Amino acid sequence: MSRNFLLKNLKDPSGRPLELAIANSRFMTVKDAAPDSEIIDGNGLTAIPGLVDLHTHLREPGKEDAETVLSGSRAAVAGGFTAISAMPNTNPIADTAGVVEQVFRLGISHGICDVFPIGAVTLGQQGKILSEMGAMHSSEAKVRIFSDDGHCVWDSLVMRRALEYVKAFDGVIAQHAEDPRLTHGSQMNEGEVSAALGLKGWPAAAEESIIARDLLLNEHVGSRLHICHLTTAGGVELIRWAKNRGIQVTAEVTPHHLLLTDDLARSYDPVYKVNPPLRTERDVMALREGVADGTIDVIATDHAPHPAEDKDCEWAAAAFGIIGLETALSVSYKALVESGLMKLEDLVERMSGAPARIGRYEGHGSLAIGNEANFTLVDTAANWRVETLEIRSKSKNSPYLGLELPVKVRRTYLRGKEVFSQ
Amino acid sequence: MSIVLDQAEIARALKRIAHEIIERNKGVSNLVIIGIPTRGSFLAARLTKILSSLEGVEIHSGSLDTTMYRDDLRNAAPRSLGKTEIPLSGVHDRDVVLVDDVLFSGRTIRAALDALSEHGRPKTVQLAVLIDRGHRELPIRADYVGKNLPTNRNERVQVCLSEIDNLDQVEIEGRA
Amino acid sequence: MNRHLLSIADLSKEEAISLLDTAAELARVTETPVKKLPTLRGRTIVNLFFEDSTRTRISFEAAAKRLSADVINFSVKGSSLSKGESLKDTALTLQAMGADGVVIRHPASGAAHRLASQKWMSGSVINAGDGTHEHPTQALLDAFTIRENLKERSGDLMGLNVAIVGDVLHSRVARSNVLLLQKLGAKVTLIAPPTLLPVAVNSWGCNVKYDFDSDLNSFDVVMMLRVQRERMEDAFFPSEREYARRYGLNAARLAQLNSRCIVMHPGPMNRGLEISADSADSDKSVIVDQVKNGVAVRMAALYLLLGGE
Repeated sequence: MSRNFLLKNLKDPSGRPLELAIANSRFMTVKDAAPDSEIIDGNGLTAIPGLVDLHTHLREPGKEDAETVLSGSRAAVAGGFTAISAMPNTNPIADTAGVVEQVFRLGISHGICDVFPIGAVTLGQQGKILSEMGAMHSSEAKVRIFSDDGHCVWDSLVMRRALEYVKAFDGVIAQHAEDPRLTHGSQMNEGEVSAALGLKGWPAAAEESIIARDLLLNEHVGSRLHICHLTTAGGVELIRWAKNRGIQVTAEVTPHHLLLTDDLARSYDPVYKVNPPLRTERDVMALREGVADGTIDVIATDHAPHPAEDKDCEWAAAAFGIIGLETALSVSYKALVESGLMKLEDLVERMSGAPARIGRYEGHGSLAIGNEANFTLVDTAANWRVETLEIRSKSKNSPYLGLELPVKVRRTYLRGKEVFSQ
Repeated sequence: MSIVLDQAEIARALKRIAHEIIERNKGVSNLVIIGIPTRGSFLAARLTKILSSLEGVEIHSGSLDTTMYRDDLRNAAPRSLGKTEIPLSGVHDRDVVLVDDVLFSGRTIRAALDALSEHGRPKTVQLAVLIDRGHRELPIRADYVGKNLPTNRNERVQVCLSEIDNLDQVEIEGRA
Repeated sequence: MNRHLLSIADLSKEEAISLLDTAAELARVTETPVKKLPTLRGRTIVNLFFEDSTRTRISFEAAAKRLSADVINFSVKGSSLSKGESLKDTALTLQAMGADGVVIRHPASGAAHRLASQKWMSGSVINAGDGTHEHPTQALLDAFTIRENLKERSGDLMGLNVAIVGDVLHSRVARSNVLLLQKLGAKVTLIAPPTLLPVAVNSWGCNVKYDFDSDLNSFDVVMMLRVQRERMEDAFFPSEREYARRYGLNAARLAQLNSRCIVMHPGPMNRGLEISADSADSDKSVIVDQVKNGVAVRMAALYLLLGGE
């Protein structure tokens, strides 16, 4: 088991002095610290609860050349995460208790980071027949979040049934909002840039129309709806409207949609090719506002690793996706805190507290006394350059290579055990 | 910078060359005067005019761009092309006088000979230049020379003609 | 000029005019008995075609051969989107063969950019059509043809009124022409059903009309675009008949054009769909000139890209 120790000379996310006492893998009050506690200097670093990702592609089983549960876990803790949520679009697809248990056990056996599998909503993510969500929930993996991510649950009836069905076990349907008829063959955001580049456009309406439909459906059935990777100003408006109206919904945004725009596609470099696509400056600003005012509950990475050959080609032939675990905190900080829209403690809430509550990931998301000691020490004064060689993910498809970013993760602890340090 | 030839001297040189051409070719009836753009073409036009007035007949003349035939294209950025206008009489079996402003390495003339051969087989090809500054890299010499001008390789000889430069003179730059 | 010709956007107005001037001079030379210039002797140009386009390939091949370059035709069957040799591996092969220039036609927008911007090969890249993005030499030969007919063979296209009619959305010819003709001072009007225009077309600075019949006599140039019959199945328009009626250049519309107006088409034509046979064959049609001018313009492009160091 983990050691008992006392971390001194720390700051909390709002900058106040902090000491953390850890015993039996949990936080305890400093005055109750075990007498045998080792005293460790925190070097003035900022302690934050371990980050929680609701949207991670780990590629295992099936595409282990891109990522594995092990390599993804290492990347996660290097980015300050102590819990990640493995999306089900693996091969085989995680639509049965067997596959989610396999992924869950891999996470446990590595012991680096908690890996919570997300189950597929429909069999084979085909959008037709509901998968055995109850069995996945009752399995060892205790699946709570279900998603066909990569595909939209576009059939209105199937979506309605899925929302209703998961109410039985407090489940959440995480929707990848994309009308497939409006995005057939689409390559990038539809607008001025796509018009100039001759790349097939991906209209904002393809995303927003599904969001609107699902909000109305959930108003009707009263389940838990989560909208994955919001990318448009219109989508933010819809969520804001729904929350005012009392519809139960949570929403996430990725760090890359908070920083990057479709203008980058002018390079034709597929490192900027992602689903959903990068949008315009106006959308980026609306998304930032949405995170700041709480319309958007969560920042999630949509970490989507791809081997080099899937990006080292022409745009249309390239795979969609961007890796993000190791840069999520820095990019979000740059977009939201450096821009003056949010304080660090509020950003941490979006990246740790809120996602932990949505996933019901007990023990994560808080530095509270008695809680599991899942936390991260970061240097908010440090700048660092993103270098290919330092990326721990098996795939290097990061749009930030060579870029200077703020905030460096120094140490990550899972239940009091140091799982990353630099 | 120093001036090597002024307007009057250029005019005198051309007139002398015209006389030499007539003498060598025993008249002008079989002549075609071909200038090498840009300034060679203007000099050719002037020579043609002098020859016409001396002999009282119309002289066939034209221009021949050598750019695409150069063997040193790769040493510099691509240059824009000059005009090529071969007179209707053609060059086949004619006495062709090529005209250029400065004879230096000889590479332009080599390219001109290649370009000319694409248009026919002249009876003779002769070369008239306003300035011969030496430093030949090929076995080429001029038949008619306005002025022999010993130079350093790194000096620059600039022929200015009123048709394009607003005045007539020949300058040399970079002389120590 | 840049080392590559990927997009008209990379050319300044002066560079474009200089290219057209060079082409004009080369066109004059090739009208004489001189069919071949030694300029690119010893240089290797690869025609890398991932899409069938016999006419474009032949035009580039003729241009390269008239400049004495060695030409290698490299056709890659099938779309690269299907699993086959990747663009990267093809590029590495060309590099190994010592290609000085690569003329690439590819179904993916941006393929020429990728070839030029990655460090796969060192030669110059000429975009001979990439997906629905651009086809710069087509636009240059179109501008050249317009200049020959309406501008006394020199300078820019200031004051000319050009209509581009048809499937603008999917047309690389339209994209390159919009950029080039406007750069050269022409006023461009796009005429198409709204489904075949990009939603952000207003950012292009052109007039946009949905009606082909109004002010027909105001145009100096009417450029018809090829319509692919597959578009109908994707619901871009209801039927070929309706398309031909509303957006085809037929005898009635031809009669309304002003006396100096010229009719253009990048080919291959769908006679009876976007252009009627009598329009294509009328004395206003310069479609055959376009093909002929293609060689001179491509010679100029090859010379300016590969002639220097």
